[in-house]
Amino acid sequence: MLNNTIIFGIFTVAVLIASLVLDKNKTVLGLKRGGRMFFNILHPFLNILILISVALFFIPSALIAEYLGANSGWPGFIIAAIIGSITLIPGFVSYPLAATLLKQGASYGVVAVFITTLMMVGVVTLPLEIKYFGRKTAVLRNAFNFVAALIIGIIMGWLM
Amino acid sequence: MNRHIKNYALVILFIALSIASYFMGFRPGVVVYSNFGEFFMEMVSFIPFLFIIIGLFDVWVPKEKLQKHVGEKSGIEGIVLVIFLAMLQAGPLYGAFPVAYILHKKGASVKNIFIYLGAFSSMKIPMLGIEIGYLGIEFTILRTLISLPLFIIIGYIMEKIVGRDFKINDVRA
Repeated sequence: MLNNTIIFGIFTVAVLIASLVLDKNKTVLGLKRGGRMFFNILHPFLNILILISVALFFIPSALIAEYLGANSGWPGFIIAAIIGSITLIPGFVSYPLAATLLKQGASYGVVAVFITTLMMVGVVTLPLEIKYFGRKTAVLRNAFNFVAALIIGIIMGWLM
Repeated sequence: MNRHIKNYALVILFIALSIASYFMGFRPGVVVYSNFGEFFMEMVSFIPFLFIIIGLFDVWVPKEKLQKHVGEKSGIEGIVLVIFLAMLQAGPLYGAFPVAYILHKKGASVKNIFIYLGAFSSMKIPMLGIEIGYLGIEFTILRTLISLPLFIIIGYIMEKIVGRDFKINDVRA
């Protein structure tokens, strides 16, 4: 973790210096935009961290390992795919959740299915999608992406 | 001001309960707080850096210019361009639908619109940054490399099935 921080930090400082040398005004504008985006996600981010912290206390890791772990087989994939498809969790918030599931014993494949369905399949937003693309196209897109998410999960589980 | 209090209501409540748990020796509260502390440190160790990069990226890369030309290109060049454009975006998938509408109007093929949506859903650079931070670079690269050909295949299939009578409506929220 610390190593990552140092690498990330050095990289950021290098980019920042390069940007400052090239154009000071643009850099300031960029920092302002980045700062605004950061504060926009800060409270949903903190909220989800609180919810995960509380959930971790109540849900024993044995249970997570049993239902979402390497030996959970198909049920684990299906549970992850359905939850990922119907919930509307912003992407940036799903990663700490996914990392926690991994630490608690969920398998890589199951976690990959969960985050991919979250990203690519949206049951809650389907009515909106239908308004844009029409029923047939929207339903097909979601169905194909659901299948793709399962394939991604299976390959990820097999590779990692 | 009011809005801020509302946004951070849960955070304030959580901190108050944690302090109370600490002084009253309520063990579950302390355990939950130490879980949170770990998550919080993990987050502050890379998220601020990430947003500096995202902000700088936003001002240096000419997104609008790119968007204008995506429709004109076809073949491999069109696919690469549409994926690149998608990677520069941020936000949830439903935020990509209006952009898909614009791309369609500018002449992008049905295939490329669905490749755009695929790449938008899971290859946005800000998201990849967070994914690397939490799930590791190996996971992120593998997942991206596996997803990419699948999006392209979905693009081709969608064009084949709905290509003939494809339309996107301009939905104003």
